[in-house]
Amino acid sequence: MNDVVLSVKELAFAYPDGHQALYGVDVALTRGERVALLGPNGAGKTTLVMHLNGILQAGHGEVVVAGLKVDANKETLKEIRRRVGIVFQDPDDQLFMPTVFEDVAFGPKNLGLTDSEIESLVQKALTEVGMLEFKDRAPHHLSFGQRRRVALATVLVMQPEILILDEPSSNLDPASRRELSEILQKLDITLLMVTHDLPYALELCERSVILSGGIIAADGKTLNVLTDDALMKKHRLELPFGFDPRHAAQSMK
Amino acid sequence: MGTQTAIEVRVDVHEHGHKLGDHLYIHKHSRIHDLHPASKLLAVLLFIIVVVLTPNTEYWTFGIYLGLVLSVLVISKLPVKRMAKRMVVEVPFVIFALMLPIFGREPDVEVFGLSLSEAGLIAGFGILAKATLGVMASMILAATTPARDILNALAFIKLPNTLVQIASFMVRYSAVVLDELQRMKVARESRGFSARGIQHWRVLAQSAGALFIRSYERGERVHLAMLSRGYRGTMDFGNERLEKKDYVAFLLPILALITLIGSLL
Repeated sequence: MNDVVLSVKELAFAYPDGHQALYGVDVALTRGERVALLGPNGAGKTTLVMHLNGILQAGHGEVVVAGLKVDANKETLKEIRRRVGIVFQDPDDQLFMPTVFEDVAFGPKNLGLTDSEIESLVQKALTEVGMLEFKDRAPHHLSFGQRRRVALATVLVMQPEILILDEPSSNLDPASRRELSEILQKLDITLLMVTHDLPYALELCERSVILSGGIIAADGKTLNVLTDDALMKKHRLELPFGFDPRHAAQSMK
Repeated sequence: MGTQTAIEVRVDVHEHGHKLGDHLYIHKHSRIHDLHPASKLLAVLLFIIVVVLTPNTEYWTFGIYLGLVLSVLVISKLPVKRMAKRMVVEVPFVIFALMLPIFGREPDVEVFGLSLSEAGLIAGFGILAKATLGVMASMILAATTPARDILNALAFIKLPNTLVQIASFMVRYSAVVLDELQRMKVARESRGFSARGIQHWRVLAQSAGALFIRSYERGERVHLAMLSRGYRGTMDFGNERLEKKDYVAFLLPILALITLIGSLL
């Protein structure tokens, strides 16, 4: 059995208005891998992510998730959406139920599980993100960082094969950012993280992929990508002031 | 670093706005709070129906209804002053009711030198009395039942699931949308705009339009998030059964009905 969880082949896509965002993307993720998807604004990152659970349909090429081809077939689409868990950038888009518990339970309920199964799954997911004590609170009474963690729990509870995070560290204060990284590090799951936060990519993902101009411009070890000055410059990627990836990688060991 | 004495600023907590949906609920421990939400909802609904059916000229009957509602208020241990303040939502009805005697047909009674329409006076009284009783009963329901329990109750009495879902999203997102509105207001004012007159309506209308588009787009994103978690068009709401003790709630409409029948005989 090959261990490729996600495979994207020659994926090209143009929006209905004629604007083409992807020009042939090839990338594959194996089980348990953590990959950062980097790239300047407008590189097509969001467009790519929207193909991974069938929100957008490939104009050319194909996307295969755990052996299932992403296409318009309604039955497989439902299964694909369970297997590909996306945590959106704005947690308010993801938390729509009156309480945290009900929100996390929403997915399992739709899978037709029994009440006790749902209870234990929700309990587990909320524990993983450290939000169990807030289970009876209303989402809009939580801080932004807490809401993002609950949003993560709503996706984890579906036991996805692959977890996709869209800008997980955006709008978080440094402490919440660190807490989230600790949670993510503990998860045993295939991870694809779209981010502009390069130190975060280095901390969490051994491998990085640069999407630029609608194609994969680089694919390699995160440290190697971040230290390739010419590559970085070419794709409008910049490290924060004073951040030395080599030094950071050293101190991580 | 030296320690600085904290300067405290006293702020009167205002209730409108941000926590719409929850802010009406006042937490107390009372018989009324403990009742099953659906029994309360049904009781209020039936009570309002009885009130609306009462002929406008049955002045004493309305007095007894008022007594019934006030006793519920006492049993619920709700702060009377706070509840009284909330009655301002009724103001538009009051204005409408006050206009009836003035603009009603055939001015035929003199009150303090004003010639008023008797039919208008009676109709005005009817609207005022019925609206007041209805608003009071609903206010007590809202103050003794958290918003999500009311949603569950709506589902319990078999309101179509789609409507309960819409109400549920309203409770969840009204705060988000109000925040967005507030941010847009701050952005406008930071650039020197203040709405003073009709010449500024254009800007306000544009803001409203922008808010609508944003909310619509958010709706699409929420829908996607729901789909990716297996949403198939229906949502489950709590479904606790009614117990014997919950039937006490129906005393309110039953007593009201007895009063009505008694006054008509």
